[in-house]
Amino acid sequence: MSAVLLDARGVSKYFGGVQALKDVSLTILEGEIYGLIGPNGAGKTTFFNVLTGLYPRDAGEVTFVGHPLKLGTPHEVAKAGIARTFQNIRLFANMTALENVMVGRHLRTGAGVIGAVLRDPATRTEEAAILRRAEELLHYVGIGDRAGAIARHLSYGDQRRLEIARALATEPKLLALDEPAAGMNATETAALKGLIEGLRADGLTVLLIEHDVKLVMGLCDRVAVLDYGEKIAEDVPANVRNDSKVIEAYLGA
Amino acid sequence: MPSVPSKAWPGMTLIGVALAIAPIVVGAGLGNAWVRVLDFAALYIMLALGLNIVVGFAGLLDLGYIAFYAVGAYLYALLASPHFGLHWPAWAILPLGAAVAGLFGVLLGAPTLRLRGDYLAIVTLGFGEIIRIFLNNLNAPVNITNGPKGIARIDPVTLLGHPLSRSVEIGGITFTGVMLYYYLFVALALVVVFIGIRLQDSRIGRAWVAIREDEIAAKACGIDTRNVKLLAFAMGASFGGIAGGLFASFQEFVSPESFGLLESVMVLCMVVLGGMGHIPGVILGGLLLTILPEAFRHGAGPVQQALFGKVLLDPEALRMLLFGLALIAVMLYRPAGLWPEPRHRRELSE
Repeated sequence: MSAVLLDARGVSKYFGGVQALKDVSLTILEGEIYGLIGPNGAGKTTFFNVLTGLYPRDAGEVTFVGHPLKLGTPHEVAKAGIARTFQNIRLFANMTALENVMVGRHLRTGAGVIGAVLRDPATRTEEAAILRRAEELLHYVGIGDRAGAIARHLSYGDQRRLEIARALATEPKLLALDEPAAGMNATETAALKGLIEGLRADGLTVLLIEHDVKLVMGLCDRVAVLDYGEKIAEDVPANVRNDSKVIEAYLGA
Repeated sequence: MPSVPSKAWPGMTLIGVALAIAPIVVGAGLGNAWVRVLDFAALYIMLALGLNIVVGFAGLLDLGYIAFYAVGAYLYALLASPHFGLHWPAWAILPLGAAVAGLFGVLLGAPTLRLRGDYLAIVTLGFGEIIRIFLNNLNAPVNITNGPKGIARIDPVTLLGHPLSRSVEIGGITFTGVMLYYYLFVALALVVVFIGIRLQDSRIGRAWVAIREDEIAAKACGIDTRNVKLLAFAMGASFGGIAGGLFASFQEFVSPESFGLLESVMVLCMVVLGGMGHIPGVILGGLLLTILPEAFRHGAGPVQQALFGKVLLDPEALRMLLFGLALIAVMLYRPAGLWPEPRHRRELSE
């Protein structure tokens, strides 16, 4: 059994009178692909947004690599080692693919205004390293030949890949993907599956929200199911598939 | 952008020579008044480049930018005039002006961090007016700014013991005060251009553009958007502060009416008309919007006289009318500005 990477305890979130997350607790182990599924409106993306600091939470604690995660501050969460992509792709649309990934290096580099203006050797070395790493990552996700293209002109599948490359640039321990296969055709989905499996093989832990149940079942080591903001199951895919509560949630009573 | 390619050197030398002889040629051909226009062009280019950091790079719409110009100008006026009897050297006041204006930039930025677009525009507009109204009214109970009467007899900048307001003869050419100021302003404008270019192509510059493009994604990438935005406000404001100090020393007089809303709008127009976020475009915008209205002011009367035998329309009113029409035309036909970033060109070539 591998070590615990992320441990969420009793996370709750209200939007006005609606409780979007009810006491959600889950544990992600190092090196696994952890799937989070559920019907529309079950609270998957809300959980993501609380976890990555975009929404303040109303209750609960998250421990990451043994330290409490500072929720509510996205850049602190990123610094701790959680990177994410967005359901409706959020790239820096008018920057090139390469620049998008270079922005991802911001967190792990340190040049300030004075370094930028003077371009001292330390800053130049850092810039060169940023550039090199960004190029490597573009190649890694398979769009190395598109480095100079403006992000918004990339094909849909390439935009997804670029977003993953940008997330990887922050050197995450946990990569959280919000419906990466949404809107993809079968070929693109198969390629994405290969990419995510490659990430796991390289030692990254992946948290995956997905609607495509086939993809989740084929890819994930463990799966949690949310329904109306509550976790109703957490197990290996084979068991989740046959769980009566899960079947009820998906097919209706 | 790597360092300057070698084939750019002839072009840069040409620009350097043109900048160096411009005041001599213009002064001889058109008179000192036009050298003065060039001086103001350089000042406005500094301002436009400062505002470009805030609006063009970081995407934060600031309608009160002239307040930082005012802060720099009044700081200079207070520390180098008979008003308080202080006569600090310009070389001490100008950096201080940059720092104080930068501080004001942070003061403006801090409460507006959550605002974007229209809302930010309204708050910054209010901020600009507050500064002007303070300057107008801080003559009682303690007289600090001398109110609407303004502060006069401000010390000129002194270089090598020579006040720049006085003419000097070098190699048979008489350099008047406005010409000497021209060289100072152009030199500092070039420094501002240099800093702008270096910043644009840096870790900080990329973070600014990322915030402009998508603030939430920028946060998710680990950018501390609060600090990075405050830095943009501070940097932009400090350029404004330096330009303000130069303005005060050049005019030897400041009063609140130089820092009205229309001035903020003019500087913003330079940025937008030229090409937001694109430094050469912003320089072009600053140049055009300083020189064209002046040319018009001088030309409209005589042209009407020649065509109709009398002046039908007041040149001043006509100037604003044509200015408005030009703005509308540019926004309709070149919405990205006269000289926008060549992004699309880069794309076509791939």
